[in-house]
Amino acid sequence: MHKSVWTATLVAAAFVAIDSARAQQSRPGAYMNLGFSGLADLGWSTERNVASLQRGDHDPRVRGFTIPNVELTLDGAVDPYFKGFANIAYKIDPDGESGFELEEAYFLTTALPANLQIKGGQFFAEFGRQNTQHPHSWAFVDQPLVLNRMFGPDGLRGQGARVSWLAPTKWYTEAMVTLMNSGGETMFSFRTEESSEIHGGVPAERDVARASDMVVVPRVATSIDVTSTQTLLLGASAAIGPNNSGESANSRVYGTDVYWKWKSATAAAGFPFLSFQAEALYRDYDAADRTSIDNPLVTFPRERLIDRGAYAQVLWGIKPRTIAGIRGEIANGNSGAFDSEIRAERTRISPNFTWYPTEFSKVRLQYNYDDRKGIGRDHSVWLQFEFIMGAHAAHRF
Amino acid sequence: MKLISLFAAAAIASAFGAYTPPSAAPLNVVVTTPDLGAIAREIGGLAVDVKALAKPTEDPHFVDAKPSHIVTLNRADVLIEGGAELELGWLPPLLESARNTKISTGAPGRVIASHGITMLEVPTTFDRAKGDVHALGNPHYLLDPLNVKIVAKEIADHLAAVAPQSAALFNTNLAAFNARVDAKLAEWQRELGPYRGAKIVTYHRDFVYLAERFGLTIATTLEPKPGIAPSPAHLAQVITIMKAENAHVIMVQPFQNRRTAETVARQTGATVLDIPQQPGARPGVNTYFELMDYMVSSLANALNPAK
Repeated sequence: MHKSVWTATLVAAAFVAIDSARAQQSRPGAYMNLGFSGLADLGWSTERNVASLQRGDHDPRVRGFTIPNVELTLDGAVDPYFKGFANIAYKIDPDGESGFELEEAYFLTTALPANLQIKGGQFFAEFGRQNTQHPHSWAFVDQPLVLNRMFGPDGLRGQGARVSWLAPTKWYTEAMVTLMNSGGETMFSFRTEESSEIHGGVPAERDVARASDMVVVPRVATSIDVTSTQTLLLGASAAIGPNNSGESANSRVYGTDVYWKWKSATAAAGFPFLSFQAEALYRDYDAADRTSIDNPLVTFPRERLIDRGAYAQVLWGIKPRTIAGIRGEIANGNSGAFDSEIRAERTRISPNFTWYPTEFSKVRLQYNYDDRKGIGRDHSVWLQFEFIMGAHAAHRF
Repeated sequence: MKLISLFAAAAIASAFGAYTPPSAAPLNVVVTTPDLGAIAREIGGLAVDVKALAKPTEDPHFVDAKPSHIVTLNRADVLIEGGAELELGWLPPLLESARNTKISTGAPGRVIASHGITMLEVPTTFDRAKGDVHALGNPHYLLDPLNVKIVAKEIADHLAAVAPQSAALFNTNLAAFNARVDAKLAEWQRELGPYRGAKIVTYHRDFVYLAERFGLTIATTLEPKPGIAPSPAHLAQVITIMKAENAHVIMVQPFQNRRTAETVARQTGATVLDIPQQPGARPGVNTYFELMDYMVSSLANALNPAK
């Protein structure tokens, strides 16, 4: 009932948004930009239970058709001091039920002194490179394995505030720190009800007693133009906070990221280009003494669960609107008392090919070769289509 | 918390390592495209230091929002943008990250050059089935020298508001620039006068204002619709139109597909003209006047049937 009401409301909102987007273009300086984008996946996998292989919330989830992400985005200046941004995501789950998420809704200051900027609300934490990106700007149809393991199917996202400082250096250097609530399903390495997937125990009831029960996400990013056509961006991030394997257990996630891009000096529509992107993450998860969620007679001892993972991807923009890409991934964890499927060794190789008829639509074909230790090897092929209407959000670097 | 202090320490260390104190010298004027920079230099003279974000050779619709541009915009006293949605795909996130109130919308340091320009090809309906049509009209308006005078005045007014102590200099430079544009315009019109009504072909709809000012007719474009790559079927149509209408000049910018233009030229006996719209894209073509001189003389030469 709720879902159908929501769906009806949101579909109506979407149509209003599209109309408004057109109306807004005829009235330059309208108060808000509205955009609407949709993704559709079609494909097949040798794994019958596709959702066990493709664990991201915006991944293809079944053999056949998936609508993994439809977004309504709104943004604009609130007043001379703030900007506002909201992203409402709708999905259809493998049972055909519509769902919606207030994925992001935040304000951003625009007039603070001393190169400072504050963001507040619900947003993707600035950890690494891909975590803050929406599925429409991903270069592959699915979420990288390591981000799924560290931050869950939806990425590291929640209610919080972020302070950022742009250093007065000759080259770009930005330091930021985010403070977030530690609970909820999008705080996967922290105080989430789903934490038993990691440690196998019954999640502890754990209140927020002190400031250190929040999650702290510091990040530093720096960039130089290696030549007039090449840019390098480097970052280091961490996410530190409580987990609910026990009443005083903590998790620490560290990550580094690199992005390099060459773009021709005579680029047409941004092509040709060559880019390299990689992220490596490390998680140190204190698992407390805990009772097995599957068998109350079994207890697991206190232990440190160490997970590592990385992905690296190369994109080659061969000619206008045509991109060939390849991504390699690895993720593994140390052995623990509980045999968790999402901590076992896994590698994946994904070549893909993307064609953009215009910057408002795209067609992507991707093959995944998946090797899950102890489970087996799988092959999947996914075809993805995307459309964008209304205001087209500008691309960040 | 140790880690946070480590991050902070690293950031502060890097900050002081490379910090250079601002000098009392010229205004930092940042322009989105080099053509605006050329006008800003004419007006600002030695009182401005001009830096362009887009390269003269690249497609100005698709500039990367590189982090170095954030730093450039953070230090800007003045930002001059073309407006009319030319920079819509890359400037907004840069400005958001640059956190510089001197160049925020409505500030004296923010110049939207399209203000005051009578835009051509303003669509009456908004429909992307017609291609990537700019809702506010065709943004390539700087090829009309009279529009350049309007932009120069807008720039001079903003520079004077930001640096009142140099207002007299900006006004003197503006008057001199306008006088030179008037004189050169008469010269350019004389040079292109014999070719009034001549048919030309362009890759994108980016020479519309030039054609309008100098009485040329754009017979067709190699792109079937703005931003849409040419298809063989459309090129066959282009060839038919060129033969029927006796169009024998195809104008392409450095980032546009010259091979497509050459294919059409081979079938029609046309000349492919490499015409950048940005100063700095060709050696020796660095100022506004050098650019226009180059454009007009190349065009007159190509249109001359006796050549």
